[in-house]
Amino acid sequence: MPPAPSAVSSFRVEVLVRPGFSDARGHAARAELELAGARGVDAVLSVRGFSLALQGGRAAAERLAAAVLADAVTDTWAVLGGGETLPLPAGFTQRIDVVKKAGVMDPAAEGVLRAVRAAGEEIVAARTYSAFLVAGEAEAEELRQAAARALGNEAIEEIRADGGGPVEPLARSAPARFARVVVELPESDERLLAISARGGLSLSLEEMQAIRSHFRVAARAPTDLELETIAQTWSEHCKHKTLTGAVEIDGRRYENLLHETIFAATRALDRPWCVSVFSDNAGVVAFDDDFHVTFKVETHNHPSAIEPYGGAGTGIGGVLRDTMGTGLGAKPIASTDVFCVGPPDLAPDQVPQGALPPLRVLKGVVAGVRDYGNRMGIPTANGAVLFDRRFTGNPLVFCGSVGLLPAGMVAKGARPDDLVVVAGGKTGRDGIHGATFSSRELHSASETLDSGAVQIGNAIAEKRLLDALLLARDRGLYTCVTDCGAGGLSSAVGEMAAACGADVDVEQVPLKYAGLSYAEIWISEAQERMVFAVPPEHEAALLELFASEDVEATVIGRFTATGRLVVRCGGAVVGDLDLDFLHHGVPRVARQAALPRARDDEPDLPCPESLGDALQRLLAAPNIASKAWIVRQYDHEVLAGTVVKPFAGREQQAPADAAVIKPRLDSYRGIAVGCGINPAYGDIDPYEMGLLAVDEAVRNVVAAGGRADRVALLDNFCAGSCERPEILGAVARLAEACRDAALALGAPFISGKDSLNNEYRDAAGSAAIPTTLLISSLAHVDDVRRAVTSDLKRVGSALLLLGVTRAELGGSAWYALHGRVGRSVPRVDLERARETFAAVCGLLNGRLALACHDVADGGLGVALAEMAFGTGLGAEVDLALVPCEDGAGGLLSVERDDRILFAESPTRFLLEVAPERLAAAREVLFGLPHAVIGRTSAEPRLALRGLRGALVLNEPVAALQRAFAAALDFGSPAAPPAAGGPR
Amino acid sequence: MKPRFLVLRAAGTNCDLETAFALESAGGHAERVHVNRLLQGATALDECDALVIPGGFSYGDDIAAGKVLAVELLHHLRDPIVRLVERGGLVLGICNGFQVLVKMGMLPGIAAPIGLQEATLTDNDSSRYEDRWVRLVSVSERSVFCRPGERLELPLAHAEGKYVPRDAAVRRAVLEGGHVALRYVAAGGGAPSYPDNPNGSVDHVAGLVDRTGRVLGLMPHPERALLRVHHPAWTCGAPAAPSEEGHGARFFRNAVQYLRG
Repeated sequence: MPPAPSAVSSFRVEVLVRPGFSDARGHAARAELELAGARGVDAVLSVRGFSLALQGGRAAAERLAAAVLADAVTDTWAVLGGGETLPLPAGFTQRIDVVKKAGVMDPAAEGVLRAVRAAGEEIVAARTYSAFLVAGEAEAEELRQAAARALGNEAIEEIRADGGGPVEPLARSAPARFARVVVELPESDERLLAISARGGLSLSLEEMQAIRSHFRVAARAPTDLELETIAQTWSEHCKHKTLTGAVEIDGRRYENLLHETIFAATRALDRPWCVSVFSDNAGVVAFDDDFHVTFKVETHNHPSAIEPYGGAGTGIGGVLRDTMGTGLGAKPIASTDVFCVGPPDLAPDQVPQGALPPLRVLKGVVAGVRDYGNRMGIPTANGAVLFDRRFTGNPLVFCGSVGLLPAGMVAKGARPDDLVVVAGGKTGRDGIHGATFSSRELHSASETLDSGAVQIGNAIAEKRLLDALLLARDRGLYTCVTDCGAGGLSSAVGEMAAACGADVDVEQVPLKYAGLSYAEIWISEAQERMVFAVPPEHEAALLELFASEDVEATVIGRFTATGRLVVRCGGAVVGDLDLDFLHHGVPRVARQAALPRARDDEPDLPCPESLGDALQRLLAAPNIASKAWIVRQYDHEVLAGTVVKPFAGREQQAPADAAVIKPRLDSYRGIAVGCGINPAYGDIDPYEMGLLAVDEAVRNVVAAGGRADRVALLDNFCAGSCERPEILGAVARLAEACRDAALALGAPFISGKDSLNNEYRDAAGSAAIPTTLLISSLAHVDDVRRAVTSDLKRVGSALLLLGVTRAELGGSAWYALHGRVGRSVPRVDLERARETFAAVCGLLNGRLALACHDVADGGLGVALAEMAFGTGLGAEVDLALVPCEDGAGGLLSVERDDRILFAESPTRFLLEVAPERLAAAREVLFGLPHAVIGRTSAEPRLALRGLRGALVLNEPVAALQRAFAAALDFGSPAAPPAAGGPR
Repeated sequence: MKPRFLVLRAAGTNCDLETAFALESAGGHAERVHVNRLLQGATALDECDALVIPGGFSYGDDIAAGKVLAVELLHHLRDPIVRLVERGGLVLGICNGFQVLVKMGMLPGIAAPIGLQEATLTDNDSSRYEDRWVRLVSVSERSVFCRPGERLELPLAHAEGKYVPRDAAVRRAVLEGGHVALRYVAAGGGAPSYPDNPNGSVDHVAGLVDRTGRVLGLMPHPERALLRVHHPAWTCGAPAAPSEEGHGARFFRNAVQYLRG
């Protein structure tokens, strides 16, 4: 029985740190406000607010404040009734409130309810909010605007400077009145398209026409729910119709681009250890006798552009559910994240109207991945961050997940009469039209128009769902599972029912609040939900198990054998779709692609006067600089399996090439996880960029000890509008590069995803992102105790460079420092790459190398410096010994110190080899270009001799390391330790 | 007979599997039990030899780290937990478990009864979550989990790990009463500053022990340092141990040995 409303009263409890104790959040808020342009802020006190609707009146609120909501040691609090406000402490003149808008997920409220009830009080509803008390002379409007930039996000929160009125704990909404909506499809093409546009359906004219013909045969008009279901299922996001469509490029015609390139390579390679490719929510490869490993990377770009924190958090939440929905449910064991954002120091007037500043985006996505991933207890062990101005309006957020799936749990399938069970979070109006939203371009009004597509995740809800799912899986309580992602129930149920049929009643779906229409329930993308197919005989056991883990699970219908997707709302049928039409009725797209052109000429840069200064500048370039500030915020060690961590060496300063993970607590068998991405090369030649990305991804896992003959790859394409022939052309060339590299290296693709229409439109026009390809790699490691890290280990070792250096500076970090792209893009020799990777495996497996690092962005100089960081060692190198070749189409001569040092020629490794192992190592490398180019030294200094024999670079490692570490360090502890305890 | 460890699980607990594995590897029997099961009946607590509250984000650390679970345990399971300690059993709280024990008032546990919070674990001075390895020294004469004088390297990962005593009296009582179990130390000696003291803990406290020596809480994660290959510098020979074992294994072995008698 709900308590009688008359006994319920609302109070706010506001908690702040007691004088004499440090307020770390307040200190951080002050720093952020200053960064966001607020002047005259002398001090900030943070307030944690709780709005409660409870029985027991003010006395109960006081009891809860003291025993539950405030910390008994550090906090003080006030209980406030309606109209009462917290008195400002002396010297504090203003107050900013950050309050989630109605309907936005407030995950912390759940814990409040649980604690309040555990403490024996009766409570109806709770909401949390935060406030900041500000001391100083800050001007009110400037402060509010800075707060809107730094402390909250108006896409999901109200930023109030009115002194903080009451926050209503109860979301009140009226139940929806049922009205079946039928949409007549008109004859006029123009009006037909208008229906698509008005409904935000993102359906093309050809698609609308196909739908019109289909329903004409059935002699009826579709309901709104049917149209929505088709729109979700046919969306670019779900169907990838462009890249699985026909493409003509340079005289070649593909009927299905992806199938004839990437999939075809996987089929041709036909590796027995590929268990499931391109069919389930993730790719699956064999691991050991008991387990397979799953791998999937998703993008969550558009939500992250508008609300970086929520977008990245729900991005990681979504890809984890992909893992949980692979086979009968894999257990996530590691996450990866890759971000592409605008330059962190972009001037405010350079940020397009309506877009968030790049640093704000970066901090938001990092916090989102941190808070979601850490709470889920999955190590975030590998990733990358790339900066390019063209990502400012449309950043890219890639979230990846590796899972462990028991062998024998790969096959799944709903059977007629199985129950349709939705489990996890409740359904609200959040995330409606996410699938179609992500298939459109962003524009300056997206922040307001599309905020319904943005959500805040609830990691603990997903963690509970994961715990329950694994228990139910191991007891065999269901026959099929998939996640509720884009398209919500419409996609999840539609997909599971594809081979049979289903009959569901949306009225059974648990709701967050009343007022949702049947169509909204059906397409809501509320997070943390999965759909299970449960045989009737297991219904009771499954529901009981889920309840014991505090997971709500509800039967909403049944799978059938009718081949139709029937949706009811109570008694009324509101959808009855032919599943064959739904899944196969989308008209095929055919597009013309054009070969893209390089956008720059080769520059003629003079050799810098000081190579030492040049190297420091490169190490401080955002694309190269240390990402420790980010990496340390991620729990990369939970589950106790991370054996090679993001930073190696005695002082954990040398960046690792790949993460090495031991998925089983009771075994030393492992996997190496890495990635390759560099959109700059694509400005010259997308095909070469594709080869380079694969080369880098494979190089990274091989350098850490992964087996070159057991590398599985993922592709993630991100591009602007493929209606532009040159963008589609770039994507097509990338797909061809993926095919060629996979075949040559024997590394099959096992899954992939594309995200198109990454454009930002404002008054100045529409700007596409650079076409970007992320290649993620996963390699088998027979015994993680043979893994090798990049840090230098000993004095007097040989430094052996494997691979040939050419004057390949096009798209390099060195050119980027000069604002140039050039033409001399690095070229991959695939045959030699295959031999090189095999040789490195042989070296590492034979324990012939003490350290191994791949040579990538910034070239040899950067690789050498990174290997020395935090080791206390240095190196002496002679550039004249570097194996060089002319090449790069003869654009440049390689006979120059700076070119040897900064060229980004592919397939190169820098190895540290003990003198006593050198002969054996060289034997393994016989026939491949390599040379000993120097020695490690006891003095922590890099000393490089140039081609003419003179010392051309002589820098203390510490100075290089400072440049590397400082560039992207966005804050050390702000609070002075003086306020660190009781006086 | 293997000592029986109850590894407590709640929504958001995420280090329970590796903690149970560490206990089993040390010769114990570990059972992971959901707090919901204990709320229905605490027999499992009365039948075990030790309660382990592992790391994670119990209930999302909503309100404050460990707070919601602490309120739940205090209101519903205080008696069986007190009985466990009184009959010679052990209680170990790692990271989030430590936060729970401190917020329940079980640690530092200067004055009985539990329920009175004497200290807290609050926001790191850096005001953000950080994962890093730290150097520690074990200083407790009476903890059954660690030996005085031992130097250890362990990982930690938290946002709210800064130990703050309630007042000067508690601070003194903790120091003089031997309640400090583990302390952060600097690589080169001397007082550790950030990041050697990673969170700004008063008196560089990383772990606390109660009056009996049988209740321990610590911010670092020994279960993530069971093996040599867990150490970030294992490829260059650290930690200097000939075996395949890491420093974290000692805590679990000591507990099992103590319970075996």
